[in-house]
Amino acid sequence: MARVLLFGPLRDLAGWRERDIDDARCVSALKARLAEEDERLGEALCGPGVKVAIDQAIVNGDAAIGPRAEVAFLPPMSGG
Amino acid sequence: MTVSLTETPFDAGELLSRFCRGRSETGAVATFTGIARAEGGEANTLELEAYPGFTEAEIGRIAEGARARFGLDDLLILHRVGRIASGEAIVFVATAAKHRREAFEACDFLMDYLKSRAPFWKKEHGPGGARWIEPREQDHADLSRWEKEKS
Repeated sequence: MARVLLFGPLRDLAGWRERDIDDARCVSALKARLAEEDERLGEALCGPGVKVAIDQAIVNGDAAIGPRAEVAFLPPMSGG
Repeated sequence: MTVSLTETPFDAGELLSRFCRGRSETGAVATFTGIARAEGGEANTLELEAYPGFTEAEIGRIAEGARARFGLDDLLILHRVGRIASGEAIVFVATAAKHRREAFEACDFLMDYLKSRAPFWKKEHGPGGARWIEPREQDHADLSRWEKEKS
């Protein structure tokens, strides 16, 4: 099970900020799971500039998701 | 070196007094205070979202870069998160160095990096509704000054 976090416009689009998702062993599987439930969110997660962090470290490509990992989807940042 | 986020309003003057206390080898302290603008009534409130832990760590990396680059004695960054009313301070940066040039430049450098690289998501609430804000072209241009100078 992974804890999934959404930030900024992604959170508004999905209508939630934090959820636990079962059986997603890599980033692409997790995106597919989320897209099944919410097509618009699925598209937005693949949008330009959206970064993924696993346990607070940015990952590239289709990284593996460990059990009890925290996976955050970070849309383009606004700066302070 | 202190980097922190806060949900409560702060007094920049008080932070400055505390930052300067007990320094005998620091010859210069420079500060910057960013304040939420009302944009002529267009923006009532700013909402700033951070990723707790991640945001502080990223700002810490920027701060460490400034400390090393300008040879600072110390620095302080305090950033608001949550809802910020226009007229309230959003960010306070203080830099301490032996001499003024390093203190001024480090403060300028830190603000340029915070404005474009810090992991925040910013939403402006006004009479016409709410909208998410992305960094302006100018913020990226400001950042490129430091990248050019370094090379």
